Amino acid sequence: MTTKYTEDHEWLTVEGDTAIVGITHHAQDALGDVVFVDLPEVGKAFAQKDVAGVVESVKAAADVYMPVSGTVTEVNEALRADPSLANSDPLGAGWFFKVKLSEPAQLDALLDATAYDALTKNA
Amino acid sequence: MSDTDLLQTPLHTLHLELGARMVPFAGYSMPVQYPAGLMAEHHHTRNAAGLFDVSHMGQLRLVGPDAAAAFESLMPVDVIGLAVGKQRYGLLLNDEGGIIDDLMFVNRGDDLFVIVNGACKHGDLAHIQARIGSRCTIEPQFDRGLLALQGPQAVTALQRLVPGVDKLVFMTGAAFTWNGASLFITRSGYTGEDGFEISLAAADTEAFARALLAQPEVKPVGLGARNSLRLEAGLCLYGNDIDTTTTPVEAALNWAMQKVRRTGGARAGGFPGAARVLAELDGTEPLLRVRVGLVAQERVPVREHTELQSEAGDTISEVTSGLLGPTANVPVALGYVPPALAAVGTRVNAIVRGKAVPMVVSALPFVPNRYYRG
Repeated sequence: MTTKYTEDHEWLTVEGDTAIVGITHHAQDALGDVVFVDLPEVGKAFAQKDVAGVVESVKAAADVYMPVSGTVTEVNEALRADPSLANSDPLGAGWFFKVKLSEPAQLDALLDATAYDALTKNA
Repeated sequence: MSDTDLLQTPLHTLHLELGARMVPFAGYSMPVQYPAGLMAEHHHTRNAAGLFDVSHMGQLRLVGPDAAAAFESLMPVDVIGLAVGKQRYGLLLNDEGGIIDDLMFVNRGDDLFVIVNGACKHGDLAHIQARIGSRCTIEPQFDRGLLALQGPQAVTALQRLVPGVDKLVFMTGAAFTWNGASLFITRSGYTGEDGFEISLAAADTEAFARALLAQPEVKPVGLGARNSLRLEAGLCLYGNDIDTTTTPVEAALNWAMQKVRRTGGARAGGFPGAARVLAELDGTEPLLRVRVGLVAQERVPVREHTELQSEAGDTISEVTSGLLGPTANVPVALGYVPPALAAVGTRVNAIVRGKAVPMVVSALPFVPNRYYRG
């Protein structure tokens, strides 16, 4: 089980051929109090970097990009009901969706924790 | 403009000490939120008392025996009739009746004290000087501090430091002192709550703000919550909801234009754009659009620039301000619609990411005002 990050501030944890996707601590902190999430349809296929969802605070809206190509297998209905989970537990209970990878080799080009931390410190 | 070119208010050091997230706004580095966050700051203002730094706003004095008549010639508003100690909302208009800025002014007896929007203040000053500079003395005080203390416990906290402020009622003002500092305080604000705005010398601003923050009711509140509070109160944000292309009648600000300045009034007209504004007011020129409140029927925030359509699918306009109201607990918005669609209860659609979100025209404010009228 490995966790990777994108330059667009998503995280994904890979288990077998499926990844759980959410937004990073840095992303939720920049957005502020999250009040709304728009989640993708289960069963829909996305290419890497497609817009797969939206996360909104009172003051801003941001797209959530698909970090890898694949098909959505599950979305976090608890997050839809209580979007503040994206603030209180962004790396856990505030996950967004699960995606079955269609091109696992894409994972190699994503950031590891050290590289992502360096990115956000320089931002 | 790079961040290094930004101006700083007298509270800049305090904002950084409080852990504020600073953003560029109206040419100043301003706190958008403190560590508590927008939502907590919004609720604290509705429940207790929030302290806002609004020193970026423009303060100016108009002085001289002809000042009131001169200022009245720039606005569709009764300035001459405003009693000493009273405050009123005003609108600077261009020659087409479009809104150059909205403002607050107080008759202090020996001057008119005017507060304008920060982003407009240099343009306003130039406009006022060009139009009435020969009739009165115009003294900008752009370096002064301006604090807003807003919320149901604002009076309790401020009264402890400045005895006597509890005697003010909504839209009145008076001079006070605190530790030798001169304060000019009005009972008004931009949140829909009871509260005060305090004008004071830059050198006194930080000490007074620290004294307010030492009161148990008071917490600092940033511009983010200022926006959500004013929108729930149904108040216009200049640049979003009103600008030089909107007239006061289109903006549903008829309440700001007293009868004495309207057709048939003793001092009717005589302000820039009067022909159009008066014709819109008395119905001789039809309105093409009017500002309304909108509430989404799904829990989807509807933001500024979101397209509005009629139920038949015709494009109407765009939302001018919108967010999920923290107190209203529903998505609220302002926008312009044709008069035929302006009645409360009318349904329109907002097109959010390609999907129609139904909205209903709703009475303003979205959250009831709680002004103190004595």
